[in-house]
Amino acid sequence: MSSEVRFTDFKSDKQPTWCPGCGDFGTMNGMMKALANTGNDPDNTFVVAGIGCSGKIGTYMHSYALHGVHGRALPVGTGVKLANPDLEVMVAGGDGDGYSIGAGHFIHAVRRNVDMTYVVMDNRIYGLTKGQASPTSREDFETSTTPEGPKQPPVNPLALALSAGGSFIAQSFSTDAQRHTEIVQKAIEHDGFGFVNVFSPCVTFNDVDTYDYFRDSIVDLADEDHDPTDREAAKERILDADKEYQGILYQNEESVPYSDLHGLDSNMADIPDGAPEGAMDLVREFY
Amino acid sequence: MPDDLNWAIGGEAGDGIDSTGKIFAQALSRAGRHVFTSKDFASRIRGGYTAYKIRSSTDRVESVVDRLDILVALTERTIDENLDELHDDSVIIYDGERTEMEDVEIPGDMTGLSVPLQRLAEEAGGAIMQNIVALGAACEVTNFPIENLDSALEKKFGNKGESIVSNNKEAARKGQEFVAEEYDYEFDYDLDTTDNDYVLLNGDEAIGMGAIAAGCRFYAGYPITPATDVMEYLTGRIEQFGGEVVQAEDELSAINMALGAARAGARSMTATSGPGIDLMTETFGLVATSETPLVIADVMRSGPSTGMPTKQEQGDLNMTLYGGHGEIPRFVVAPTNVGECFQKTVEAFNLAEKYQTPVFLLADLSMAVTEQTFEPEVFDMDAVEIDRGKIVDDDEVEAWTDERDRFQPHFSTADGISPRALPGTENAAHMSTGLEHNALGRRTEDTDVRIEQVDKRNRKVETAKEEEDWSPREFGDPDSDNLVISWGSNEGAMREALDYLDEEDIDVRFLSVPYIFPRPDLSDEIDAADEVIVVECNESGQFADVLEHDALTRVKRVNKYNGVRFKADELADEIEAALQSEEVRA
Ligand SMILES: Cc1ncc(C[n+]2csc(CCOP(=O)(O)OP(=O)(O)O)c2C)c(N)n1
Ligand code: SF4
Repeated sequence: MSSEVRFTDFKSDKQPTWCPGCGDFGTMNGMMKALANTGNDPDNTFVVAGIGCSGKIGTYMHSYALHGVHGRALPVGTGVKLANPDLEVMVAGGDGDGYSIGAGHFIHAVRRNVDMTYVVMDNRIYGLTKGQASPTSREDFETSTTPEGPKQPPVNPLALALSAGGSFIAQSFSTDAQRHTEIVQKAIEHDGFGFVNVFSPCVTFNDVDTYDYFRDSIVDLADEDHDPTDREAAKERILDADKEYQGILYQNEESVPYSDLHGLDSNMADIPDGAPEGAMDLVREFY
Repeated sequence: MPDDLNWAIGGEAGDGIDSTGKIFAQALSRAGRHVFTSKDFASRIRGGYTAYKIRSSTDRVESVVDRLDILVALTERTIDENLDELHDDSVIIYDGERTEMEDVEIPGDMTGLSVPLQRLAEEAGGAIMQNIVALGAACEVTNFPIENLDSALEKKFGNKGESIVSNNKEAARKGQEFVAEEYDYEFDYDLDTTDNDYVLLNGDEAIGMGAIAAGCRFYAGYPITPATDVMEYLTGRIEQFGGEVVQAEDELSAINMALGAARAGARSMTATSGPGIDLMTETFGLVATSETPLVIADVMRSGPSTGMPTKQEQGDLNMTLYGGHGEIPRFVVAPTNVGECFQKTVEAFNLAEKYQTPVFLLADLSMAVTEQTFEPEVFDMDAVEIDRGKIVDDDEVEAWTDERDRFQPHFSTADGISPRALPGTENAAHMSTGLEHNALGRRTEDTDVRIEQVDKRNRKVETAKEEEDWSPREFGDPDSDNLVISWGSNEGAMREALDYLDEEDIDVRFLSVPYIFPRPDLSDEIDAADEVIVVECNESGQFADVLEHDALTRVKRVNKYNGVRFKADELADEIEAALQSEEVRA
């Protein structure tokens, strides 16, 4: 059915309950378009989501999906993809979900380089729990739990990914529909772990990292002379704390995904009716 | 009986105690003798006392006893550590030429055989073979044909080249000849051989083998004693069957990866021990509410916290039975011996898929690290049946869609089991979630739907109670008024304890229960008995508690929680004492 798939086929009939104007609408639309543009359909797509406003995405999309527990979406996606390489696996979550409770999994998912796409809806705040500091919140950002600001520097997810050996590191802005879609599409097409940090503003709780702020400060790498295969250039930009970049910061085109390295190409759901052929050899070993 | 041998080798961790013990166990098994091994080990890699013990007989052996007949002591401490089990007829083999062993005193009337293990090993080609020299000496003491040792050495070192094998055989000969020439004792032992072909393996290996046999293709885990052997067994083997082992970054990740693979349709599992089960608890509820078939093995060790990582305990029963917030329908299956680790693992995968639930495979350290001999038929691959439950294919999807053609993965059926569509199935795309959901898998807080879904999930357990056989295994005198009940690896010691009790004219009916939940209803049996004793390796009597709850009565308890498994003779004494005691602990 892939030839006739339209992006709306990835829409569920459930109306999102996100606040009007939430950045997650744009993030999700771009994901659905990117999936359709890359020839996927809901029956071969698996979306894994974490907990948070962002994590509700699996509900609003139509595909095979799992809405798991807080911070563990990446391991779930890893299991899905390794068990069935035919599936297009997309993992989505928030900055709290991915860089706080799930930070450990993030680093290891990056280095494991399973061929899937990870989209983080980065609003620099905890939305669903109503406005606490997230790991990407600014040092002086006042919230209900940090009245004087977190007083610790924000994490730099792109730098984490680069240092962990990331093979595809990108950033986009949810409201810039065309660029965002294009970037997610590149992440899907990438052979390996495609990581996209998306600026996805929270209109309810974050009055600092707003649409206006991003619109004014974003530098699009398409307008710059940036070669994403140049790791040094990527490093320089990723570590530049004064700029917000949009585009593919780094891509290792030689990247070999986990399944290829480990020779995994079959669907593990296909098993025989009884013990597999050759199973008696397992017993003979113990004579 | 001189044919029943209790042998041990002990020394410092790092001395190759484990592999030497295993070679001797293999030699005995290859000679058609039954073998049951146990290990004393400390949680460190170098240094620290460690021992490998073998009990062997031409009859089946199911447990350890409080007796040691031949001890290979590589250090003086080895003798001290085993003093309780040594007796006047014990033989101690040691290397009196080594300076540290020069002043060794052989206790009581025991026989000390000073054999220059190191010197003879060097003569045969290298000091590293000193343990093999000791095995040769043990063959002489027990009248055991050394050719059987040869064949175990070939198996162990075959892939390292012919000269390694022949040097080791030579080292064994030197040990044997030294004892024959230097000592003219009449030893009591005369080990028979038979032409039986046994296999020798431990519980972790049996779990791994069961998993592959059952079609498990995905394993994610994080190393932890004593469960790591499951992972090590599967690594390198599961790949040959198209599967994969992933070493996750922690247990939270491991169980979630396994869950992901299961949702993709693979038979999938993880294994861990207490501290890891704690971390995995977070995901138990998600597995249950998303109705994902998943096998989670908990190979118990002494807790709480880091406890005693290398010691026995059955302290996680409550954890697997009740762990996790909210109420979680689940199955808890507890194999009772090494062979059952294989069968129950196969069964666990079928239960998981038939009922789309988490299944806990509750094993324990004693069983996991015990090598035991079996007739190969115990691992009969032809008998393995795979039941994947209600998986719907492309054509069947329509029957399970609603009026708007949406697939209903949590449809509330009469038996509680819903249709399951694996990703890739046409027109069945759906979401699953840890949130309470309706038949479509969508979030709901509707009071009626909430009740419907909770009841639906619990109905699966009711269905399983009716459809599956949860009976206990029965031993001893069926008409006895004395009823002993145990679970897990205590079965072996208790079976043998029955013989000791019989010698004292004490009859006992013994029920060994391999299912914690659902479990057999033993109320009638408990009512009918005068004395009911529940045996388990924990302090509080977790299984006794649930049986008391089921039968609405008090039972006596025999508990052991010093880190060491029950020994058959010791258990017999404890049962006798419990039968005589008036006291029933609340
Ligand atoms: C284990 C656990 N701890 C805490 C929570 C509560 N919780 C729900 S969402 C959330 C934070 C979400 O923040 P983020 O990932 O940034 O997502 P957003 O809502 O901003 O999209 C937290 C802490 C939870 N569900 N589970
Ligand atoms: S709270 Fe913020 S993140 Fe959540 S839906 Fe509203 S705008 Fe979006």
